Amino acid sequence: MQNYLDFEKGLAEIEGKAAELRALSADDAKMDIGDEASALDRKAATLLSDLYDDLSPWQKAQVARHPMRPHCKDYIEALFTEYMPLAGDRNFAEDLAVLGGLARFNDQPVVVIGHEKGSDTTSRISRNFGMARPEGYRKAVRLMDLADRFGLPVITLVDTPGAYPGKGAEERGQSEAIARSTEKCLTIGVPLVSVIIGEGGSGGAVAFATADRLAMLEHSIYSVISPEGCASILWKDAEKMREAAEALRLTAQDLHKLGVIDRIIEEPTGGAQRNRDDAIQRVGRAISAMLGELAGKDADTLRKNRRQKFIDMGKKGL
Amino acid sequence: MSWLSNFTRPMINTLFSRRETPENLWTKCESCGTMLFHRELSDALNTCPNCDHHMAITPRERFAALFDGGVFSEVKVPDPIADPLHFRDQKKYPDRMKEARKKTTEHEAMLVGEGDLGGLKIVAACQDFSFMGGSMGMFVGNAIIAAAERAVALHAPLILFSAAGGARMQEGILSLMQMPRTTVAVQMLKEAGLPYIVVLTHPTTGGVTASYAMLGDVQIAEPNALICFAGPRVIEQTIREKLPEGFQRSEYLLDHGMLDRVTHRKDLRDELATITRMMMKEPARSHGDLPAPVVEETPQDQAEAIIEEVKAEDAAVPSEDAPKA
Repeated sequence: MQNYLDFEKGLAEIEGKAAELRALSADDAKMDIGDEASALDRKAATLLSDLYDDLSPWQKAQVARHPMRPHCKDYIEALFTEYMPLAGDRNFAEDLAVLGGLARFNDQPVVVIGHEKGSDTTSRISRNFGMARPEGYRKAVRLMDLADRFGLPVITLVDTPGAYPGKGAEERGQSEAIARSTEKCLTIGVPLVSVIIGEGGSGGAVAFATADRLAMLEHSIYSVISPEGCASILWKDAEKMREAAEALRLTAQDLHKLGVIDRIIEEPTGGAQRNRDDAIQRVGRAISAMLGELAGKDADTLRKNRRQKFIDMGKKGL
Repeated sequence: MSWLSNFTRPMINTLFSRRETPENLWTKCESCGTMLFHRELSDALNTCPNCDHHMAITPRERFAALFDGGVFSEVKVPDPIADPLHFRDQKKYPDRMKEARKKTTEHEAMLVGEGDLGGLKIVAACQDFSFMGGSMGMFVGNAIIAAAERAVALHAPLILFSAAGGARMQEGILSLMQMPRTTVAVQMLKEAGLPYIVVLTHPTTGGVTASYAMLGDVQIAEPNALICFAGPRVIEQTIREKLPEGFQRSEYLLDHGMLDRVTHRKDLRDELATITRMMMKEPARSHGDLPAPVVEETPQDQAEAIIEEVKAEDAAVPSEDAPKA
């Protein structure tokens, strides 16, 4: 069952009609609907590709948050073998909003870390909707350290609305935990590649995305603040999220122009949520390519280049 | 970069800002309501002598109170490209900048200076909350990098005073990128074995707290400063319960192990001098009057010195005409 977004209403109607026709003809064998149904299918396909060729920033934000989009867990299951989850920050707790552990990517041992939003009500609650607490970032620091000591590349998958704004999270040093995670990203002497697969929400995303190579799925977003948050602060009206999304330049296309990301991974027509397996394989190929670009570089070169990349960032505008 | 622009202007500015007659001679303490005469307030570094409430202080006033004899020279910060996203909300970003510049008479939200503190050379950076909420944009990132580079070049400690509402939304993702950028700056200091001391002042929130403001070797805060990642209102909306008294204030963070010290503004200078000297393995500072800052020789001084020297040489050379012994 497809979950339609508000701007996909027209599409939902056409696809609904086609499905209805097919259901009717299944009841009545004499009815010949083949032509009509396939005409509707063609119309739907054209409409879908037209819609997705020209998504507005706000529509992209909605696609990036689509509940049916593949999440971190789906990518790990499909692209990695021998995944061995490792838990806990060794200080306070295990944060289920952050997944991570040892795994093989194309047979090569790596450390994989990512935000997991969950896929049904129970898992969404246990994963806290992908909003990590300090323990999640401290677990990531621990895993990056482990990767560094054993010379394993790190792959991070970013998909979070942001770090969790809670009482305990603040008391246990949310900001310090994020700062240390970003610092660790800039310190390790092994390749670090990152993919924003959905939402790259502010500091909570930076803590994982400060990488040698950063790719974004075509309809994912990466932003300093959510469009709703920005609208309520600058427009004093949370309903102005369309304008805010526009102004923030949070799309993969704008971020590529600004030199903040290194590559855009094209999504299947209609977004990753319509063809999950294809989207996952495309991400896998991008990770392979990015790891290839970094192969054979020693620790000092990696660190030096990574730092220089961020020092140089922001020299060109749009 | 001449001596004039580097050294004299900040001095003149400090003198002038102090001499200006305040429009309002009396300020009411926001906390206890006491009426404070402007001189009393500025002598107390904008803290209330009655209840110790810490009010805002401009970076220039802070530097005047920090450096020996109030003398510092500004470290030049490279300007980033203006308005990279062509950002427009209800106002255009360049218009907001113009307003902020007019209101504060400052160029941007961070000032970097170098000078002596307790006789030890230091670099200091101070964020200006009155300039667009002290927000961390590309300029603030450049300022922290410039401060770190200057500290490394001088082999001096860096003291950073933070005050910000967070990232500058008008620079979008590029403001967010100042989190890794400023972290690189902190790493420069670490690798050079130089102290990086953060003084958190009211308020320090958002992406600023989640990067350079929490990465100090020593973390000090002024009393009752709001220090957080997510603000109290956002948290109350999320968890739908009332937050405890003093939540996210300096003393609360100290209790939760997130800070080394909470220090009154009037004690900061002494404390920072003591800490930096120990970290730089310098002998203890002799108390009492601090030595006058070493003033660089002016071209005028140099010229006079040369004339003196020439005169002395002339006097020493026996005259040809003098009868030989």
